[in-house]
Amino acid sequence: MSSYIQERTTTDAVGTKRQVRITDTTLRDGSHPMRHQFTEEHVRSIVRALDDANIEVIEVAHGDGLGGASFNYGFSHTDELKLIAAAADEAKRAKIAALMLPGVATVADLKRAVDAGISVIRVATHCTEADTSYQHFGAARDLGLETVGFLMLSHRVSPEKLAEQAAIQVDAGCQCVYVVDSAGALILDQAKDRVAAVVDRIGKDAQVGYHGHQNLSLGVANSLLAWQAGARQIDGALSALGAGAGNSPTEVLGVVFENMGINTELDVDQLLNAAENVVRPILPALPYMDRGSITQGQAGVYSSFLKHAERAAERYGVPTHAILARVGQHGYVGGQEDMIIDVALELLNEESDPNIVGAK
Amino acid sequence: MTFKGRPTTAAIIGSGNIGTDLMFKLMRRSKHITPKYMIGIDPNSDGLKRADRMGVTASAGGIDWLLSLPTEELPDIVFDATSAKAHAANAPRLAEKGIVAIDLTPAAVGPFCSPAVSDQVDVSSMNVNMITCGGQATIPIVYSVTRVTGRTPYAEIVASLSSKGAGPGTRANIDEFTETTAKAIEEVGGADRGKAIIILNPVEPPMKMRNTVFVAIPAEYAEPGPKQDELTASIKTMVAEVQKYVPGYSLKSDPQYDAPRDIWNGLARVAVFLEVVGAGDYLPDYAGNLDIITSAAAHIGDLLMEYRIANPVKGTPQHVEFRAATEAPLPGSAAARALKQAAAHDTSKDEVKA
Repeated sequence: MSSYIQERTTTDAVGTKRQVRITDTTLRDGSHPMRHQFTEEHVRSIVRALDDANIEVIEVAHGDGLGGASFNYGFSHTDELKLIAAAADEAKRAKIAALMLPGVATVADLKRAVDAGISVIRVATHCTEADTSYQHFGAARDLGLETVGFLMLSHRVSPEKLAEQAAIQVDAGCQCVYVVDSAGALILDQAKDRVAAVVDRIGKDAQVGYHGHQNLSLGVANSLLAWQAGARQIDGALSALGAGAGNSPTEVLGVVFENMGINTELDVDQLLNAAENVVRPILPALPYMDRGSITQGQAGVYSSFLKHAERAAERYGVPTHAILARVGQHGYVGGQEDMIIDVALELLNEESDPNIVGAK
Repeated sequence: MTFKGRPTTAAIIGSGNIGTDLMFKLMRRSKHITPKYMIGIDPNSDGLKRADRMGVTASAGGIDWLLSLPTEELPDIVFDATSAKAHAANAPRLAEKGIVAIDLTPAAVGPFCSPAVSDQVDVSSMNVNMITCGGQATIPIVYSVTRVTGRTPYAEIVASLSSKGAGPGTRANIDEFTETTAKAIEEVGGADRGKAIIILNPVEPPMKMRNTVFVAIPAEYAEPGPKQDELTASIKTMVAEVQKYVPGYSLKSDPQYDAPRDIWNGLARVAVFLEVVGAGDYLPDYAGNLDIITSAAAHIGDLLMEYRIANPVKGTPQHVEFRAATEAPLPGSAAARALKQAAAHDTSKDEVKA
């Protein structure tokens, strides 16, 4: 066991009063439906509203994490480091977090984000690839950051396998491992069992978190079950602004936990105000369960593929849901947005190939 | 295939996936190089055991063991498949002995090298760097665009590997992949700014290595017409060039052109979709990521040795070996034994387990 872990057991980021920490990711996961067009004004107004609601951690980055601005994932309207700096400047109480995917972002990107004002880093790997995060957790701890690990597309492996991978992230220096339902595919017990297995495996050394999507309408319900299974950090986004059909809405999580008598230390009125009056006016469209995002939950497809699939559908004249279903069959993982174009071309070729049964 | 026709010998340092695949590549396909030594640090590594079975001298004594050999036993060329840190330490020691080094780590002590961008290869180099697997698969394409458009403001590559093809070294040092590849997109591909992304995918059955290249291009190339045709032809010619040394390398579809967008600074984009099917020399065909870099390394090794054979430097291993090879070809030597076995033993594929 590393010294990180021993250190972790004596410092509890959640503190004594909060029974659950809601981390808001509107300004990171919400970057997907915004097609990465957040402006500094958006960031300032949303951070101010979240801070007023006493949200402890606010995540700000390109939707695909630090360094995500690219042809593959979409370029940003405003450089994420500027957005992070604006968020850090605006927040009076909240900590600013960023997400990074090893293979997309590097330790150099992490250091730039620290200079811009983050104090929490969330390192995301596919749920079987936790050992690609050693460099980044190690550097984060050396930089004095609070660390969170994401095991993405958690539905793809059994609770036992997920727990093994969680242990690897903890060994690398992670203080809270999230079960991340990137496809919005987990259904109730499937979420709960995964959280329970991870708590059982690493609960003495680190916290456990849950990040849900609404593709099958279960983000909030799964989050509550996750809490019952021992998760103490839960993600949400205002007005559900996130990839696919969106995230568990932060304002709904706030109300649900409050009504359950679980202390979040949040000002629920302020949260409702933030969702209704700050976020909604800037939304291009409310995230909702359309055929594309439901297909993502059904076929287990990474939620942020939705907008890319819609674009490819428009460009190549094949249906969004057909692209996403095929992506699911191929088992593509987060980050392989390039394969959406490849799949669209594949479907197009099949349509024009008279030898394929079912071709138009 | 005979070893007798091969005048130079090699040591491979690093007995992991890349080193072991390279050993098979050299045995089966090299023109000028006999793999004589396989050097590791773990006596139980699969690579060392296989080398031993194939008649290649295997040692777990690291580079210290290799360099303690008498000059006439030293290899002419070393393929270093250890780690960036290890190669940085190995490079000066190899240079001191006059041993040519092909660096398969991201250390980049010597210049970056992609065999398909041949006008940039200096065959007299004593140390060349093979960039990364993703770099070998994609940078020739970036170059094939730059040579037509004249200037590439930005190029980006996405390499997707099967999880099974990525060993512990790659996993522990994934930043070195992205940073080294991005730098080589600029230095070899000719882009003003390069970006590289690597994704590991654990799907079963394992996916073949995929690479996507996105290059920013002037608007006129995105419109159908002679300019676009010229660009497409250049890309296809380059694919054929890479296929010469990596037979499993192919275009999955025609290059895809997208019209300019404001968010792309008014530039258009070409997207090139590539697949690399491995030759199955060590790991099965999903591990095209091994093939692309080991094939490139073996190919460059041949080019560099061709030059050394023509221009032997007195007192260096190349000189000694060259003479030994021409005056008294190698019967009974470890290398001869290995080649004989390799020739008789192409059933080795049967032993390969994923």
